[in-house]
Amino acid sequence: MDFLDYAFMQRALLAAVLVGITAPAIGIYLVQRRQALMGDGIGHVAMTGVGLGFLLSWSPVWMATIVSILGAVLMELIRWFGRTRGDIALAMLFYGGMAGGVMFINLAPTGSNANLTSYLFGSLSTVSESDVTAICVLAAFVVLVTLGLRRQLFAVSQDEEFARVTGLPVRALNLLTAITAAVTVTVAMRVVGLLLVSALMVVPVAAAQQLTRSFAATFAVAVAIGVAVTLGGTITSYYQDVPPGATIVLLTIGAFVVLTALAAPLARRRARALATAHPAGDPAECAIPATRAAGDEVGV
Amino acid sequence: MGATGEPVISMRGIRAELGSRPVLRGIDLTVRHGEVVALLGANGSGKSTAVRSVIGQVPVSAGQIELFGTPRHRFRDWARVGYVPQRTTAAGGVPATVTEVVSSGRLSRARFGMLRKADHAAVRRALEVVGMADRAKDSVNALSGGQHQRVLIARALASEPDLLIMDEPMAGVDLASQEVLAGTLRDQVASGTTVLLVLHELGPLEPLIDRAVVLRDGCVTHDGPPPKAVGQHALPGHDHVHPHAAHDAEPIRTGLLS
Ligand SMILES: Nc1ncnc2c1ncn2[C@@H]1O[C@H](COP(=O)(O)OP(=O)(O)O)[C@@H](O)[C@H]1O
Ligand SMILES: [Mg+2]
Repeated sequence: MDFLDYAFMQRALLAAVLVGITAPAIGIYLVQRRQALMGDGIGHVAMTGVGLGFLLSWSPVWMATIVSILGAVLMELIRWFGRTRGDIALAMLFYGGMAGGVMFINLAPTGSNANLTSYLFGSLSTVSESDVTAICVLAAFVVLVTLGLRRQLFAVSQDEEFARVTGLPVRALNLLTAITAAVTVTVAMRVVGLLLVSALMVVPVAAAQQLTRSFAATFAVAVAIGVAVTLGGTITSYYQDVPPGATIVLLTIGAFVVLTALAAPLARRRARALATAHPAGDPAECAIPATRAAGDEVGV
Repeated sequence: MGATGEPVISMRGIRAELGSRPVLRGIDLTVRHGEVVALLGANGSGKSTAVRSVIGQVPVSAGQIELFGTPRHRFRDWARVGYVPQRTTAAGGVPATVTEVVSSGRLSRARFGMLRKADHAAVRRALEVVGMADRAKDSVNALSGGQHQRVLIARALASEPDLLIMDEPMAGVDLASQEVLAGTLRDQVASGTTVLLVLHELGPLEPLIDRAVVLRDGCVTHDGPPPKAVGQHALPGHDHVHPHAAHDAEPIRTGLLS
């Protein structure tokens, strides 16, 4: 465990754990609402923020946070208003964001494509003290939202139309989801990079689903997978001199493959257990109880 | 709770366009307290759009909608409304248990999204009413079509609503489940719940229905006793005396509009 003696490694590991928690925590809601690639889009838009940060000699992390939040809000607005050509508008936003990033960083006196690369694919060894502070603050926000509002976000992501009839502020919750996803992108940017961040939002959730039946369990398993692969990838990259972002993403996909292979026999066992619990023609399937207690009534 | 006969849903002259195409062309529809009203019509006649305009999901370009006597844009008491959207599945992109999905329906009664003991009990009761209590911990992905509908209905019942709005709750439901749903609805109506339901055919629900409103191309073409067989007898002016129409307040005849 000699890597713990280095300050840069301590910072890297802390950042990695926070990314391992936050990316699947918001990613699960994106997957639930079938917007799995939203994180990827925000990652592209965030590049403009990084470029602007260099151009204006501002913190690229904070600048990327601001720009990706603006981009996420714009994406939500396009979803509300742009009925017909929404996909085209989104494509322009994504590629405009990427082109803007490349343009700004080349205009910046201190910037070069090498700087940009460290944001595109992550660069844990260059995570600074102030980066860690920013990552901690942003990660706390993401955890607060994804856990504190889990019932509301679950309802809106499961069935938006129904959620509206329960009186939930659907638009505000959609905006909050988009903003939280944008914040997560910038949290993860230094660790796995903007181009790979979406993988960490989506793949741990997909892997967890192979084993779970409930949303709560999927959430917990996805976060556990996220933390395991970010720590594993960071430590591997210390010993093997491989890029951490790519290592983390490949480990995540490996976890998905392993869990999928494990899931088939598990599902068979479950089906057998279910068959014993509810044998064919079980009256519990369609019978109306002959008597009904007063406490059973739902109504006025 | 209101007195019998008080309007629970009131739509007057409702027009709505979807993608610049008029879908509702001046709908008048009143559902009174304790009534069970079926909204009938061919595919694309505007049934879903009509109920979605009631809950504020579809913007209306003209007319007034009131819920429990309150203009819809000022209506906030959503716990009184249980809604079953037109769906074939209760599943989302991530696994969720039957209980987790049905609990969403209780949020309108929960403060800050916190479910208390009484809320969990209400969710359990809603599952018992639709006969899904034994599947409470199962994933909704593992359910049949009829069971999905039962979960969606339990979700609507979880807030113990005074008004149930159901959009084709019988679509893709096998006969056994249809009987269960009819029984569920009968119990709800007996306890005083007002019901507006979109149906393709009356089926086992027929004896429960007080009044039928038939839409065609975004217009009301019939408002009165439920026709025996939709399509054949669903024409305006068709004289069919229904045994269940008598006990209720006389049907509101709005006739053909626009
Ligand atoms: N989002 C939409 N955009 C444009 N047209 C729509 C949309 N939804 C429904 N329509 C059209 O509105 C009409 C009425 O639809 P709907 O209310 O769903 O009918 P029903 O529920 O009676 O089958 C249909 O002709 C349908 O094509
Ligand atoms: Mg419909």
